[in-house]
Amino acid sequence: MEAPPRPTSPLRLSRAFWRDERFIQIAVQVLFLALVIWIGSVALRNMFTSLQQQGLALGFDFLRSGAGFDISDALIAYSSSDTFARALQVGLINTILVSFLGIVLSTLLGIVVGVARLSSNWLVNRMAWVFVEIMRNVPLLVLLVFIYTAFFLKLPRARQAVSIGPVYLSNRGVAAPWGEPTDTWSLYLSVLAGALIAGVLAGFAMRWWQERSGRPRPLVWPPLLTMAVIAIAGWVVLPQPPLTISYPEIAGFNFQGGKVLSPEFMALLIGLVIYTAGFIGEVVRAGIQAVPKGQVEAARALGLTPLRTLRLVVFPQALRLIIPPMTNQYLNLTKNSTLAVAIGYPDLFAISGTIINQTGRAVEMIAVVMGVYLILSLLTSLIMNWYNRRVRLVER
Amino acid sequence: MSANTPTVSKTAEPLPPPTERYSVVRWLHKNLFSTWYNALLTVVMLALAALLVRGVLEWALTQARWEVISANLRLFMVGQYPVTALWRIWACVALLAFLIGMSWGIWGRMQRGGAVAFGALPFILAIITSDEPSRVALVITGIAGIVGYALSWRWGAVVQRVSIIGWILYFPILFVLVSGLDAADSVLPPVPTNLWGGLLLTLLLTVVGIVFSFPLGVLLALGRQSKLPVINWLCVIYIELIRGVPFISVLFMAQLMLPLFLPGITIDRVVRAMAGVIIFSAAYLAENVRGGLQSIPRGQHEAARALGLSPWQTTLLIVLPQALRAVIPILVGQFIALFKDTSLVVIVGLLDLMGIARTVLAQPDFLGLQAEVYTFVAFVYGVFCYLMSAFSQRLEAHLHIGR
Repeated sequence: MEAPPRPTSPLRLSRAFWRDERFIQIAVQVLFLALVIWIGSVALRNMFTSLQQQGLALGFDFLRSGAGFDISDALIAYSSSDTFARALQVGLINTILVSFLGIVLSTLLGIVVGVARLSSNWLVNRMAWVFVEIMRNVPLLVLLVFIYTAFFLKLPRARQAVSIGPVYLSNRGVAAPWGEPTDTWSLYLSVLAGALIAGVLAGFAMRWWQERSGRPRPLVWPPLLTMAVIAIAGWVVLPQPPLTISYPEIAGFNFQGGKVLSPEFMALLIGLVIYTAGFIGEVVRAGIQAVPKGQVEAARALGLTPLRTLRLVVFPQALRLIIPPMTNQYLNLTKNSTLAVAIGYPDLFAISGTIINQTGRAVEMIAVVMGVYLILSLLTSLIMNWYNRRVRLVER
Repeated sequence: MSANTPTVSKTAEPLPPPTERYSVVRWLHKNLFSTWYNALLTVVMLALAALLVRGVLEWALTQARWEVISANLRLFMVGQYPVTALWRIWACVALLAFLIGMSWGIWGRMQRGGAVAFGALPFILAIITSDEPSRVALVITGIAGIVGYALSWRWGAVVQRVSIIGWILYFPILFVLVSGLDAADSVLPPVPTNLWGGLLLTLLLTVVGIVFSFPLGVLLALGRQSKLPVINWLCVIYIELIRGVPFISVLFMAQLMLPLFLPGITIDRVVRAMAGVIIFSAAYLAENVRGGLQSIPRGQHEAARALGLSPWQTTLLIVLPQALRAVIPILVGQFIALFKDTSLVVIVGLLDLMGIARTVLAQPDFLGLQAEVYTFVAFVYGVFCYLMSAFSQRLEAHLHIGR
């Protein structure tokens, strides 16, 4: 046996430094960073010089000057003599309102659509399919403008409003009965808070009872009943009812009483809800379908009723798959609410557009808008990620 | 031994699977009236569907004034594009039909029914149309498609190479034909972008968006996977920043701030909108591609390195092809979304399909016909989206990916 041949030359441990991988990595990063900084600084310098030529200086002081334009849908007190900052607040509140309502309603409708897509009933299944395909293949903008111009603006004038029960449809929007708060309203709010706390406590109590006895106890209706009882009792006991219902009435060219929801708001909300519901329906369907059939069969074999199978076996597992894409849909809805600008609903983006037109402060306003939407997006994903962690499969 | 063998084995012949005999009544019972609440649901939904369909049909066939579409069809299709240069658009369409014909013959021989329907489409349109030049152009388009298909049957191997080269060259050819050369040229005089409009502009925005944002998105995805912290962080910041803001704000930024960043160079509005589309789309594509990159097992990297490939070769030759192949359906979905999103350029004042719809509605002859015009616009978008998703499903089946 011969000894293996020794390497003729000793291994070279030292290399030229520019061929050292660590050096290359650092150099690449430094060069890349320098390039980005260089491009950024050139762009910024150009921006400053062109702004100077136009006689504009960057800054947010202009927000304190008077806006001078009216806003049709303002949830907080606002007049044209208020500042730009106040106008932006109005827009922000409108954006949050539409996004929040849109998320809640599109989730409900989306679940219905998703379950309908899985229905064994052929007709229900096909109709849900048609709905989903239309929503997925038509741009939201077209949908919104269609609902607004071809439906809401085509409704008759207030005098000839179409009435559905106490609700009136006209080209002024939707007029519906609304509760007017009275003197006892603030007191009643604290009663409601108490009812909520009592309901939560009742829920905990039932759960504790279930765990102690080891038998299923009703977990859903006792807390709800507690809440309802306290809320109704509070309403009855108070000397004056906290809300008086005011019904809309046609008065001249407009409505009096009730709540009039503008056609812009309704069109935006309906458009966003049905569009997003189409997508959420597919998310829900995919999530439910991804639960293995064996799980359902095993649950049925254990004697669970179909409803319990759905509630205790299918939904918790489907939820895990549904939450991340659902988060995306919620984020999309919030961002899509900027299309309000196309139909004249004063959301944050539309009002920023007006301010840009009036003041020429494009850079600042774009920065504000992008910042706000970034924060809204981050908040939504934070909440959804927290929820996702709660429903996630806990692995050891 | 034989006493222990179970005797049942001989008698227990496996029963044939129950065959379901489908009659109309059985089908109805199974799918519509299986339980009392299903029956109730069926009746209610049937009533609802009947009401809807009847209402829509009655409106579409008797009340709707469709002449607003036929009178403005050219405007909807190409906007203000000069009539004398229309042949250039038709040339693009015919070339596209030729390429589709060839590709269909090579890769889609199984779908003959679809091929016949697709091949017949230009001729059917030619019969319907009342415009003489369009009819000629449509017939030429149809013939180009059929010739392409026929060639692929005869000389498959050559045609395959030709069609791949053709697809790659299609984008520059399209661009040259649509925008024209310099002013001195008499055959292809330039057409300024403010004359581009309608479906043409919508499709151009989409195509430019796809062609340019795709490589950018792949680079961003690779950057996000990079172990170098600076590159990784910059890519993450870009992607998350763009994905966190609405598309319309990116479009506004491109429209208002690009001229500030680049003074001295006049960038016209269409190009600025294209820049916005590319900036936006790249971030979303990057996330999709990243999904594909993450699906590639580590063993692929290690094997490639073990074979002596450099990191760049590993990425380009081993990882990326597999990653992109895995996410093709998602990418097509992203392109469909991009196509739909281009409708937002109307808000920054461009005359795409949506913008043309607005100008048509401002014509005194056709006031108040929003329902007709927007139904048509929705239909056009719907047809293109449907074609793209149908193509994606075929591709998925062809490549054996997805479920």
